[in-house]
Amino acid sequence: MADSALPTAPVPQLAQSVRDRSGVRRRFRYYGEKLGGSLVSLFAVILTSFFLFRIIPGDPVRTMTHGRPVSIEQQEQLRREFGLDRPLAEQFWSYLTGVLRLDFGDSFQFNRPVTELIGDRLWPTVLLVGTSVLVSAALGLWLGVRCAWNHGSLGDRVNTGVALTLWSVPSFWLGLILIVIFASELGWFPTSGMESTGVEGWERIPDLAHHMVLPLVTLVAVVYAQYLMIMRSSLLDEMGSDYIVTARAKGLRDVIVRRRHAVPNALLPTVTLIFVNLGFVVFGAVLVETIFSWPGLGQLFYSGLSVPDLPLVQGLFILFSAAVILMNLIADLLYPVLDPRVRP
Amino acid sequence: MSLLEVKDLTVTYRASTSAASPEKRGSAGAGDVPAVRGVSFTLDAGQKLGLAGESGCGKSTMALALLRLLPKTAHLTGEIRFDGEDLLTMSWGRLRAVRWAGASIVFQGAMHSLNAVQRIGAQIGEPIRLHSPKVGDAEIRRRVGELLEHVGLPARRADAYPHELSGGQRQRVMIAMALACDPQLIVADEPTTALDVMIQAQILTLIESLVAEQGISLLMISHDLSVLADTCDRLAIMYAGRIVEEGPAATVFGAARHPYGQALAAAFPRIGDPASRRRLQGLAGDPPDPADLPAGCSFHPRCAVRLGHCDLVDPSLWPTAGREVPDDGESHKGKGNRPAGDGTRAACVRVLPDDGLSLVEKESA
Repeated sequence: MADSALPTAPVPQLAQSVRDRSGVRRRFRYYGEKLGGSLVSLFAVILTSFFLFRIIPGDPVRTMTHGRPVSIEQQEQLRREFGLDRPLAEQFWSYLTGVLRLDFGDSFQFNRPVTELIGDRLWPTVLLVGTSVLVSAALGLWLGVRCAWNHGSLGDRVNTGVALTLWSVPSFWLGLILIVIFASELGWFPTSGMESTGVEGWERIPDLAHHMVLPLVTLVAVVYAQYLMIMRSSLLDEMGSDYIVTARAKGLRDVIVRRRHAVPNALLPTVTLIFVNLGFVVFGAVLVETIFSWPGLGQLFYSGLSVPDLPLVQGLFILFSAAVILMNLIADLLYPVLDPRVRP
Repeated sequence: MSLLEVKDLTVTYRASTSAASPEKRGSAGAGDVPAVRGVSFTLDAGQKLGLAGESGCGKSTMALALLRLLPKTAHLTGEIRFDGEDLLTMSWGRLRAVRWAGASIVFQGAMHSLNAVQRIGAQIGEPIRLHSPKVGDAEIRRRVGELLEHVGLPARRADAYPHELSGGQRQRVMIAMALACDPQLIVADEPTTALDVMIQAQILTLIESLVAEQGISLLMISHDLSVLADTCDRLAIMYAGRIVEEGPAATVFGAARHPYGQALAAAFPRIGDPASRRRLQGLAGDPPDPADLPAGCSFHPRCAVRLGHCDLVDPSLWPTAGREVPDDGESHKGKGNRPAGDGTRAACVRVLPDDGLSLVEKESA
């Protein structure tokens, strides 16, 4: 539209509709590209998954029969059962057709379908890690906003100091320390597991929460600094911006300037981070789940890797990657909703 | 009564926030940077005052100081009387009520002065909603559309985001926003700096016609003296945090008495005078560091016509119309800010009949 001192003439209807149509086409193209990119990534993951775990050292048959007297014939029979005696190309073909039917085969060590095993373990992981992402994001963003708004203050320095110290602590170490102090010494929390035996009905909920405290604290403590630092620095950037001065000049209260103008702009970079982390939710926290014997996917992956239980690790690998790809896709699709500047 | 009366305004940036503790307030500590050093001026209702000067002379700091929008590290003294009330001593609540409804600001570079993730309609409507809470949504929408049409944009652009508009259109939005609450005063801080020359002229015409139409006072800040001379009734020239010359626009632009005013006027071609293009002159050197000002007149290191005692005396504003030299600043202040003659005042010893030598004696006495 031309700049002129006179009111601009309304754009003719025809030109308007042409522009709308090209806008729709552009939007479809944008979403199509994002979706197509995700599918390509997923396919690459399916290919990688098969070969990756065949490269890592370890013979499943030998690991599983370890310490037991097994004849060569018995080993050969196991190999046949697992399909490991067939040519690689043939194994790959049956793997590929299986994956497309969402059938990842039977686990070597548990002798059950991989999908069933994953189904059993999915809920505990989503509960624990999902909660930890939400809690750490909420905590980190809230503290980040406060630190940035009062930057340089004592509260800011203490908060960023504590967060960065915890951020540099290894999660398994912190988990062990917490177990030693709060479970073994003080006896406030159970050392491991997700449920106590013999607890029924509604009683299970407080019991579950009780078991979840330590692993949750561990996961939140080592991660929330990420959100705090990103929120703090992006809000600091925004606070120096001219539109903040405009908002204050309008006579808005400080709190409203912050909530209505500064935070929505500062939130944009953190959205991507939250979704990337949500993608890792199903991956669980291999170390934390293992330390706290949390019956989740992370722990399952750990036990699968040590064999290597090929169908199990392949299935999990695809699931983990698919979750990351999906969450990235959602972030890509959501970002234009939040930021009009990148709207297709 | 004047609408805006600024008396002896100083803005000092404290080196650190802790230095601004109550017991130290008022005394100049080490590391303090004086950005504005005793500025006084008045602006009557409906009048247009231009404030010129190089970057770093304190003019934008002063614009923000008027509504107390500076960061906490800035310490203000003096008086800013707006419609009779002192903005520096009023409560935050009262100040927020004066902001935008009494005096609004058109900021430089409207790209960053608008919130990128809000529709412009919402941003224009925001102060209306804030200052007149009883006005309904439909009425606000109607008023926003009216404001947009007033600045030459179609009302349906209210749904646009800032990035969808050109620089000139964004500046129009900024002006519409400044008009939203029918203010008595608009402070325009470099409103045309980021725009190309054609758009500049359009925006200036727009501002001029709108303030004239609605009887709004205008304080326009720019480094471009020719733009100000074109738009404003009176001009003030700032150097190193002080007003060094003040008077009717034509006189200050055409026949400045302060050497800095002359240099600034010579740096721009005069509209309608092609010969002036060939006479363009720059001014060597940079404005002084506010933290380390030269002794005496702060302009003397760059002054082409300096006298021997210029590094000793720091004259304040004196009337230029060949009047007797007052004994000291007090007797002049008693006579009011608008002396007889053409009302031009300059802060230069050369304006004084004896070249300010009597001041030297006073200094050494």
